[in-house]
Amino acid sequence: MRHTFYLAWRYLAYHRFKTAILVTAITLIFYLPTGLRVLVEQSSEQLTARAVATPLVVGAKGSPLELVLNTLYFRADYPTPMRHEQVTRVQESGLAQAIPMYVRFHSQGYPIVGTGFDYFAYRGLRVVEGRQIATLGECLVGARVAASLGVGPGDAIISSPESVFDIAGVYPLKMPIAGVLAFADSPDDDAIFVDVKTAWVIEGLGHGHMDMTTNEAQPGVLAVEEGNVVANASVMMYNEITPDNIDSYHFHGDLSDFPVTAVLIVPPDHRSSTLLQGRYQRAEDVAQIVRPAGVMDELLETILTVQRFVVAGAVILGLATLASASLVFMLSLRLRRREIETLFKIGGSRASVGLVMASEIIFVIAGGVALAALLTLVTQQFGAVVIRALIRM
Amino acid sequence: MIRISDLEFTYREGTFRLRIPHLEIPEGSTSAFVGPSGSGKTTLLNLIAGIVLPKKGIVEMDGVEVSAMGDAQRRDYRITHIGLVFQEFELLEYLTVLDNILLPYRINTSLVLDREVQARATALAEQVGIADKLTRYPKKLSQGERQRVAVCRAVLPQPIMLLADEPTGNLDPVNKWRVLDILFDYAERSGTTLVAVTHDHEVLERFQRVLDFKDFQEYEDGEVPDPGAGRDIGDEAGAGGEVAGSGESGSMAP
Repeated sequence: MRHTFYLAWRYLAYHRFKTAILVTAITLIFYLPTGLRVLVEQSSEQLTARAVATPLVVGAKGSPLELVLNTLYFRADYPTPMRHEQVTRVQESGLAQAIPMYVRFHSQGYPIVGTGFDYFAYRGLRVVEGRQIATLGECLVGARVAASLGVGPGDAIISSPESVFDIAGVYPLKMPIAGVLAFADSPDDDAIFVDVKTAWVIEGLGHGHMDMTTNEAQPGVLAVEEGNVVANASVMMYNEITPDNIDSYHFHGDLSDFPVTAVLIVPPDHRSSTLLQGRYQRAEDVAQIVRPAGVMDELLETILTVQRFVVAGAVILGLATLASASLVFMLSLRLRRREIETLFKIGGSRASVGLVMASEIIFVIAGGVALAALLTLVTQQFGAVVIRALIRM
Repeated sequence: MIRISDLEFTYREGTFRLRIPHLEIPEGSTSAFVGPSGSGKTTLLNLIAGIVLPKKGIVEMDGVEVSAMGDAQRRDYRITHIGLVFQEFELLEYLTVLDNILLPYRINTSLVLDREVQARATALAEQVGIADKLTRYPKKLSQGERQRVAVCRAVLPQPIMLLADEPTGNLDPVNKWRVLDILFDYAERSGTTLVAVTHDHEVLERFQRVLDFKDFQEYEDGEVPDPGAGRDIGDEAGAGGEVAGSGESGSMAP
């Protein structure tokens, strides 16, 4: 057998280009369905892991998927906002902890997540550099944001306008970075966190400007009506919250009317969860309560249906490749007929010559299978990282 | 000694027919088969080597009836007792010179490849002047060098008979004589019987015996001439050897 394998190996090594093509073809035949399956399974796990860790989410009525993707993964268009009183509603129910979420704005492509301090404890996020947010206007950055932008405590991030034509609405706000969060291997690594009130400042619902009672501001005052000062555009609006101007920041209107995109609900037990879900069943309710795991399961059902088609396609492709590879083997045997005749003539045993030819095919198939197994293993090891990167894109 | 009696051979297709009533080739002799193309020279080599079997008749070598052996036995016998040299060299392009020389030892378990064989292969390569090309592939060799590799492959198992089918057919004059020298030297030193098919009449004087297949051709009236005992050249080496059928005469019909 040693000599048989040696001859087969020499043939494959000499025709390395042809061998490489055949091994690649066999690799694809085996890797496509298995690798795809591994990737889909890992995608499912990646998508559901965070959803499973988030018991309930309340949001305005609309697409549950959009609500979950926005609240958990900070992706998708921001859902229809609802009033902040929905946060109070949950808190006052006494059935669960309520964490406000306002995920609407961005800075250099990274989502700005307006939330409360409870969020960090709930997600197990800790600050590795700098400190927690202490005042309005400060932010914390995720590990990947810090690495990607090369920023850290002491630097600042400026919120991006929602649209270049949005000259009257959202003004850029310069936000000092208070700290950097530890790497969590989650969408939190790619987010910028601010207090929900800071998010409202970005939206323009709260602002700071020069003191209108000073002489310096008087040229800009147009009228004083029942304690409200009407001024022209010459009045300087602050685009950065500093210790000097923080006292000038104020919100117009009732905070309970201010927007949030979702409320993360953390019920202490199953009973509270069930009771709370029951309270959102009225048709006239403006809010909906969703179980993220259920929403993601529905999404995965769709993905799995697609996967079946893709796997079926891969199997057909594999069969076609197998047919092509078989044809190559057969043509190769035909081309080597003279060589086989020579081996027979000089006295090569039927078994030895047959084994040499068979060994070549076995080596190619074994090489392809081994490579496919290796690729599948690599996919298992690093697929999750790739999937997370793809999810972030 | 090769002994052929009442041999008759036809291919499954076509009209070719070979009949040899009696033929003996003495042990240690050198014989050449000459004759027109298609007259059956190569077929006779194949019959002697047991590559093909006669329709009837007997092919014996050293008292062993080759034509009565089974396929596996004939292969084992061939690889251990007969060295074959081809006009087109028939080297394996994907093997180096050394691996080509050692090839018989890798394709039949009747031969055992050990250090002694490897050393012998290297020594043979040295004798024929290709020792510095052992790691090269046939593609990188000249025609003469290729045939020398083929000769080394044929003689490495130390066969009792060398069958060469137009061994110089593809060689220039210089290489032609060189390869013949190697074959004759080996045959003489080892006492190996050498039978070669050739079209080259220049080389015939090197052989002790010449069997002209033309002598076997049947006349239109069916009369078959007696080719006698062939033409012995240098009779001193093979006195008494009957090259072609005599009493019954050999005949061959297209």
